[in-house]
Amino acid sequence: MERYLRVLSIFWRTTFAAEMEYRLNFVVSTLSSLGQLVGNLFGLFLFYRTGYTFAGWDWEQALIVLGIFTLFQGFSSTFLSPNLNQIVKHIQQGTLDFVLLKPISSQFWLSTYTLSPWGIPNLIFGAILIGYAGGRLGLGVSNYLFSLIPLFFGFVILYSLWFMLGAMSIWFVKIYNVTEVLRGLLEAGRFPMAAYPVAYRFFFTFVIPVAFLTTVPAEALLGRTELIWTLGAGILALALFLASRAFWQFALRFYTSASS
Amino acid sequence: MNHSINQVFRTARVLISVSYAYMVEYRAELFLWALSGSLPFILMGVWMEAAQGKQFGLGPLDFARYFLAAFITRQFTIVWVIWDFEKEVLSGQLSNRLLQPIDPVWRHLAGHFSERFARLPFAAGLVGLFFLLYPQSFWIPSLTTALLFLLVVVLAFILRFLIQYTLAMLAFWTERASALEEFWFLFYLFLSGLIAPLEVFPPEVRAVALWTPFPYLVHFPASLLAGLPVDLGRGVLMMLGWSLLFFGLNRWLWRKGLREYSGMGA
Repeated sequence: MERYLRVLSIFWRTTFAAEMEYRLNFVVSTLSSLGQLVGNLFGLFLFYRTGYTFAGWDWEQALIVLGIFTLFQGFSSTFLSPNLNQIVKHIQQGTLDFVLLKPISSQFWLSTYTLSPWGIPNLIFGAILIGYAGGRLGLGVSNYLFSLIPLFFGFVILYSLWFMLGAMSIWFVKIYNVTEVLRGLLEAGRFPMAAYPVAYRFFFTFVIPVAFLTTVPAEALLGRTELIWTLGAGILALALFLASRAFWQFALRFYTSASS
Repeated sequence: MNHSINQVFRTARVLISVSYAYMVEYRAELFLWALSGSLPFILMGVWMEAAQGKQFGLGPLDFARYFLAAFITRQFTIVWVIWDFEKEVLSGQLSNRLLQPIDPVWRHLAGHFSERFARLPFAAGLVGLFFLLYPQSFWIPSLTTALLFLLVVVLAFILRFLIQYTLAMLAFWTERASALEEFWFLFYLFLSGLIAPLEVFPPEVRAVALWTPFPYLVHFPASLLAGLPVDLGRGVLMMLGWSLLFFGLNRWLWRKGLREYSGMGA
């Protein structure tokens, strides 16, 4: 465990040092995150400006969902896409061999090797949005702390799904853009589930568990969560995480190593 | 004269059939790209649910058809030329292209054109599946509407291609021209009518948006196909106007940029 933490700190220190060479990129990504935020707010405003509300969600409460959605966008562009989208490259070029040779879990190596600070503006804007809406709603510290639990489960769920899709490139090298499909579907998380028709809600809860990413943590933050949903999120997170590990071990059996 | 026209047709046929063969090789990828354009379907759900209350002036069925039409429009107008062009400039491959007696843009255009046909079966399949799941929304546009839509969607593709190819020209000066495209895409996303038809925008925003090129890339063709009222004359004129503007800008930047181009790495 301690070894893993040490490796992690080395990985991230070097990445930061490298990325700091490209400070202009950071400005560009801050600008585009800001644009994205304004656009997202506009998209939500279109619903609320006529007096329509998503059933059971005021404007501020819907803002919290949007804030959590923005956090997830930041999380995936900081941690997930820079690492997991590389898996296919390692497989194509045969460099996965070197990863497998290291005396450390290959899944850990592939998932944490690098990180991209370009997602950080989104993390900050998401936090600001949540803080603003939470302040308007008068939420207490305990609400924030309690919502961290389902939020963490949400991160694990998203990571595990993403990793499994990335690992599929061991069989199908050409489907490197399969994660784009997942990303497209995650867009559904910008609205609370109550905004969708029943069929959509079913799909986004049981098929692609978007509901557990944004709606469940938002409910927890608002202090109206039902225990069963948090419990469900925890079980799902654990199951998917174990599945991703098992799936990786299974997939590696089919790895034939290109060009070496 | 006759000879040179034949030559043009032959070149076009070769370029298109080569890139079609290339695209068909990547069927699985194409299928996933078609699937990843699921945003209109997601927003369709939210808007249909919202339209139950009748505050928005459009009914659930209007929204369903509008967003389906927006999905179809997007399948026809997807453009990625900036990433290819940027790569060619940065890696110096453009030098090889410049040696050929044909403007490099035709190669890109042929690639985009033939990809439409390779993509068509998947898009048609998804539309079929949609009608199967939600048969009430089924409609057949009249022949005139269908033909007009075809014309408008081709114009929309040309406009989008011209804008992106113009931004791509900046690759001669900067290494991250595609970052500009990503920024431009934000405006496209929120003003083109992809997230909501312009009918539900606040009137002031709508009035401003209608002077920009964005609504003509999605909202205008999609409304036409879905049978919502459109101002056909204004729409087509705006598209032609913006296309001309970007065409001029593009050729000017192309000439300037070539002088800037050092062909590094080649």
